[in-house]
Amino acid sequence: MRNEFLLLTAVALATAVEMVEALTIVLAVGVTRGWRATLLGVGAALVILGIIVLALGPAVAQIPLSALRVVVGGLLLIFGIQWLRKAILRSSGYKALHDEDQIFVREQRSARNTPKTGAFDGYSFTVAFKGVLLEGLEVVFIVLTFGASQHRIALSAFVALATAVVVALIGVVIHKPLSRVPENTLKFVVGLLLSTFGIFWSSEGAGVHWPGSDLAIPLLLLLLAAVSLLFVQALKHQRERDGLSEVVA
Amino acid sequence: MTLLRRFAAFWYDFVIGDDWTVAVVVVASLILTALAAHHGKNWFWLMPVAVIGTLGVSLRRLSRRR
Repeated sequence: MRNEFLLLTAVALATAVEMVEALTIVLAVGVTRGWRATLLGVGAALVILGIIVLALGPAVAQIPLSALRVVVGGLLLIFGIQWLRKAILRSSGYKALHDEDQIFVREQRSARNTPKTGAFDGYSFTVAFKGVLLEGLEVVFIVLTFGASQHRIALSAFVALATAVVVALIGVVIHKPLSRVPENTLKFVVGLLLSTFGIFWSSEGAGVHWPGSDLAIPLLLLLLAAVSLLFVQALKHQRERDGLSEVVA
Repeated sequence: MTLLRRFAAFWYDFVIGDDWTVAVVVVASLILTALAAHHGKNWFWLMPVAVIGTLGVSLRRLSRRR
């Protein structure tokens, strides 16, 4: 039950982060060039993401659990380490933080500078479609891997969808990018959760019996969190030692 | 062919990202864990150690590159 909560938290946080990024792109294009083609692009991307979940979900669920956990756990781990590494680099100043306001301005400038041709605004459709599809694919990957390993694909998909709706509603209400969302902190937590479950499931699939069974999950999470914070401190010291003051873009 | 290559490049970047050595270490550690389990050894510590090690090395390499 406790692990299921952690799992659904990871799905919700990952969805929130990705949807905040997608919202910035959609708002910039919609506000600048109009909403019809933009919303059609969003809708088309959501349909494709839904089809991927509906098509792959039942197929993945048919794979035997131990094989599934090795493959899915391994993929989740490689993917999770990517998230964690980027979050650590951002926290220590080696990579620029995601600035939604800056991205919004850049997308608006690009939307303004692209001329409209024909009755249907293909630019708005394409930008909104690509933005939602690319950010949504990461969510779909997490929903399928987490959901399959716990036989909870429907619940994971529901949590992701509910989170996406909440982010979209907030975007509709405030009508500007959600730049106050602590994106890097959320990404840090998601990276830790993906890596923790990745280690746990892939090892279990490979034949490991964890001491304490499921209790190993929070312990692994604490261990990874402590080590990651140490890495952040070490990299900050390295930057000071090397005389680097500006954040790397 | 170009489309296929771009499709493959997208998924490579999506899952593996900018440091392929992490994926190699994860896969190698999983194989070692499975081999150990096959011979009756419960090497539960191997994956956490491998992950922390490869994360540290990868961070060092990427931070030096910037």
